[in-house]
Amino acid sequence: MFHFAGASCNNCDIEILDCLTPRYDVERFGMLLVGSVRHADVLLVTGSINKKCRTRLLEVYNQAPKPVVVVAVGACGCTGGIFAEGNTFAGPADKVIPVDLYIPGCPPKPEAMLAGIVKYINK
Amino acid sequence: MLRDIFYFLIFPGLLFAFAGGGFLSWFDRKVTARLQFRVGPPLLQPFYDCIKLFGKETIIPADSAQGLFFLSPVFAVAGAVLSCVLILLPAFGMTSGFAGDIIVVFYLLMIPSLSYIIGAIASGNPLAGLGASREMKLIIGYELSLLLVVAAVIMKAGHSLSLHEIIAIQQQQGAFIWSLSGILLFIVAMMCVQAKLAFVPFDIADAETEIAGGIFIEYSGTILAMVKIAKSVMLLALPSFVAVLLLGGLYFYGIHIFWSILKILGVVLLITLVRNTNPRLTTGQSMRFFFIWMNLIAVVAIVMTYIGW
Repeated sequence: MFHFAGASCNNCDIEILDCLTPRYDVERFGMLLVGSVRHADVLLVTGSINKKCRTRLLEVYNQAPKPVVVVAVGACGCTGGIFAEGNTFAGPADKVIPVDLYIPGCPPKPEAMLAGIVKYINK
Repeated sequence: MLRDIFYFLIFPGLLFAFAGGGFLSWFDRKVTARLQFRVGPPLLQPFYDCIKLFGKETIIPADSAQGLFFLSPVFAVAGAVLSCVLILLPAFGMTSGFAGDIIVVFYLLMIPSLSYIIGAIASGNPLAGLGASREMKLIIGYELSLLLVVAAVIMKAGHSLSLHEIIAIQQQQGAFIWSLSGILLFIVAMMCVQAKLAFVPFDIADAETEIAGGIFIEYSGTILAMVKIAKSVMLLALPSFVAVLLLGGLYFYGIHIFWSILKILGVVLLITLVRNTNPRLTTGQSMRFFFIWMNLIAVVAIVMTYIGW
């Protein structure tokens, strides 16, 4: 999985890192954080998407080898959250790229992320 | 001819080496996870990863040298599998048919690293270029140390250049590691293996946190799967090489099967422990480490071998 942080307040990003810790250990399900989007099967999008990072998100999505699963993490990633009426806001992630999985919460608990991912795997 | 193709593709070549290497890379990941008090991946995870990668889109960057970019992982797999075959054939009691095979294995073991460099430069990505230059420096560092180890082992084996004879001599006299020089050589060999596998103190070429995957940054889909296969085959080939050179060789009959597997697992366990307890060295530090310390230890070991310790 590759982690794309939009204009995030970093809280979701920290909770994502929690998934890698001994307590939650997402490697149980065979998932690792990778450095290059070319190696990724999952694209995590956190934070509200504003006019600046919209083009960057599109570019990262186009660079990922398909099929790629896009996961919007957190209230801002799913809907825009408290930034939804902001001046520079350019739509939540699913207006820019197709999103497969929404994990709401501000920030979502690591348990919620794992539950969402396991549900998606078993789908 | 047909038999050679069988050796190369099925046993102990591509299929067997990939199965063994995949198991070893699972072992490495599992031990890493246990060391960090995590649960770790399921047994078949490396194989799932490879099968999944074969089904994914393969992106070839527009500004890359496309043929080279695509072919270099194939060369890497070929080199890794060939070296694995030549190392494992004597272990199964079959002579590989010529006298100087230790030299050939030594050069074949270098082919994967060289083809990663070529592929990285061909990809046209600046971070990959940076990774390639680091990998090149690392090769310059460890290759001399490994050559000194091989030279010392050849001296110990009474100037025999054949892996089969080296194993046979160790069978008569006991493994080479049971001497003072043998222990020193084992230390140097382990460090060289660590660098060849690009595991943590020496993973400057594909440092994920600094240069985002480095030499492998542009690989995706099928060719990334080839890279993974080459890496896992090397994870079998290099510990076997160390076991053949210093730990008394590998035999695959009777109770010896158990001991041989234990030797390989032990070497991989050591590599994993070193990898999990060390931070990444910089390029200069790792070159200094090999040029000064490892070469010094290897030369001391050669002198001790000459005296007969």
